[in-house]
Amino acid sequence: MNLLRAALVPILAVVLAIAVGAIIIEVSGLNAFEAYKALYDGALADRKGIGRTLEKATPLVMGGLAVAFAFKAGLFNIGGQGQLVIGALFAGAVGYGVTGLPWIIHMPLALLVGAIGGGLWGMLAGVLKATRGAHEVITTIMLNFVALNITDWLTSKVWREPGIIVRTPAIEPSAEIPRWSQLPTGFALAVAAAFACWYLLERTTFGFEIRSVGLNPEAARYAGISVSRIVILTMAISGMLAAFGGAIETQGVVGRYEPGFNAGLGFNGITIALLARTHPVGVIPAALLIGAMEAGSSMMQFKADVDPEITQIIEALMLLFVATPILVRWVLRRRETSDISVGAHWGDA
Amino acid sequence: MSTLTRYRWWFVTAAFLVAFTLFTAEFQQPQTTAVLAATLRQSTPLVLGALCGILCERSGVINIGIEGQMLMSAFAGFVVASSTGDLLLGVAAGIGCGMLMGAFLAFLSVSLRGDQIIAGTVLNIAAIGLTSFFFQQGRSLPSGKTSIIKIGPLADLPVVGRVLFSNRPLTYLTMLLVPVLWYTLFRTTWGLRTRAVGEHPSAAETVGVSVVRIRYLNLILGGGLAGMGGAYLSLEAVGSFERMMTNGKGFVALAVMIFGRWNPVGAWGAALLFGYANAVQTQFQFRGWLADDPQFIGMMPFIVTIVVVAGFVGRARPPASIGQPYSRE
Repeated sequence: MNLLRAALVPILAVVLAIAVGAIIIEVSGLNAFEAYKALYDGALADRKGIGRTLEKATPLVMGGLAVAFAFKAGLFNIGGQGQLVIGALFAGAVGYGVTGLPWIIHMPLALLVGAIGGGLWGMLAGVLKATRGAHEVITTIMLNFVALNITDWLTSKVWREPGIIVRTPAIEPSAEIPRWSQLPTGFALAVAAAFACWYLLERTTFGFEIRSVGLNPEAARYAGISVSRIVILTMAISGMLAAFGGAIETQGVVGRYEPGFNAGLGFNGITIALLARTHPVGVIPAALLIGAMEAGSSMMQFKADVDPEITQIIEALMLLFVATPILVRWVLRRRETSDISVGAHWGDA
Repeated sequence: MSTLTRYRWWFVTAAFLVAFTLFTAEFQQPQTTAVLAATLRQSTPLVLGALCGILCERSGVINIGIEGQMLMSAFAGFVVASSTGDLLLGVAAGIGCGMLMGAFLAFLSVSLRGDQIIAGTVLNIAAIGLTSFFFQQGRSLPSGKTSIIKIGPLADLPVVGRVLFSNRPLTYLTMLLVPVLWYTLFRTTWGLRTRAVGEHPSAAETVGVSVVRIRYLNLILGGGLAGMGGAYLSLEAVGSFERMMTNGKGFVALAVMIFGRWNPVGAWGAALLFGYANAVQTQFQFRGWLADDPQFIGMMPFIVTIVVVAGFVGRARPPASIGQPYSRE
């Protein structure tokens, strides 16, 4: 019953967004029913489509987890994109650069290095916030741009495959995350990460400290929790989560690092985290939904001539409906609605 | 604290700028002129974005959606100007679009009392989605971009003339807006009310100032400024629309606002600094320095932003009620 009530708002938001999306498609003179039918065909109709959906959903689960996890401490990590490309590149570098290791060591090692790289990148924003009071919204966005430039440079200068295309060499087979009858197994890793996050947040002292800081940093400080420590560690873990998604993408789907293959993932993470109402496990269905939309969008363009960018509009609408208190207030009949408040600590040192 | 220590960052910055300008002037005067003129051009959208941020934050509302307001307005301005052939109409459309988005932000964060940062993020994501969906390649401006207006004999002065007195209309307007907004914010009733609402909304309310009205007004006016910044990008700086053409300028504008301590004149100075960093960056490219590693040039403005935000935020105090939804009870 509680679960149903909690899920009602996101479900309504999704339905509303899809309805408004249909209106936009109709207004631009195309057939919305055909478009959504093609979207479904491309994403869920056969094993290949489902595989594609799971593939797309994997980094989305991790991106959503990164945002949701930081939200628990009252932090808004918009730097998922930068952390992800660093994770993807580092995993790719270890994947091709380290040779002669057995799969059982090489594959996890590349994942780990990717995650640590992104974790350190996220931690940078945490340190800037804890020691200098720099708001993480600005620093993480700026760090996104810096990360894109650094990874571009590393790819084109340091770890470049000889040839015209700017990309790293293909990773060793021993670093690959295998497929299981066309289905990417990397998705299982993302699901495991979601449950691990839930356990960490809800069942450990550390998770309790994180949530305390998120609810009321002053009270947490009074209770003897080091707020700076929590801020730094939370940003590090959040960065690791996003980077882990990038590493899985490299090792399980792309097979190497190529700049630009994952543009725009960072903002999706916010939509997914809010659709999940910041619940780590709720991130899974939310990411599957967005993943299905992305997996089907090219089929939609092919069959119904609808620009794939429509999915971005629908995602923005979902975010709008799920984040606007009006719907929540109406459905849950609650006065104070915001289960997320990241704005209240603007400029706190 | 002595003046020297209090303003040490300003001194360091100023010394750096003087040194660097002398360094570039060393090569040739035309290049120095080019750098300074580019500084002013590059700073214009940042000033407008920062002025938008100042109006919003002085009244107690964070506007993280400046980037989205600019992008959407750049698009609206471009579409209107390219289909009517009238640049003035295009600029008006850009400003109007920004105002509408400001009103929407006010609706989400003031009327519905939603989280302000999330509301701004909604604007950003919506702007990216809408502009990329409705954008059609191959449109152009029949009349070209806005043209340079030379201010009489002043434009013939060496260096100064080219830098200050032969610009395009929105650049002049921006330079004019800085003192105007400073005056209204610190010398008029509306300014006093705005600042009161930003510092202590319930106190302002008890003396009869409507918090909701002031916040709406400021967010809409601010949106108009950000919209003008967007129109500047598509109609004055580039002369066309490109996907994601704001490229983080709306966020850099927030750093400019903080660096300028929520003061229009300070923000103008800060924007000039950022504009200077961009102009030097262009000069680097122009001369082929670091040509093999353009990425290092590309990340310069963003690193400057991080350093500034990290260096100044602790010292600059934002309006006290910032970020908190206001309800009368």
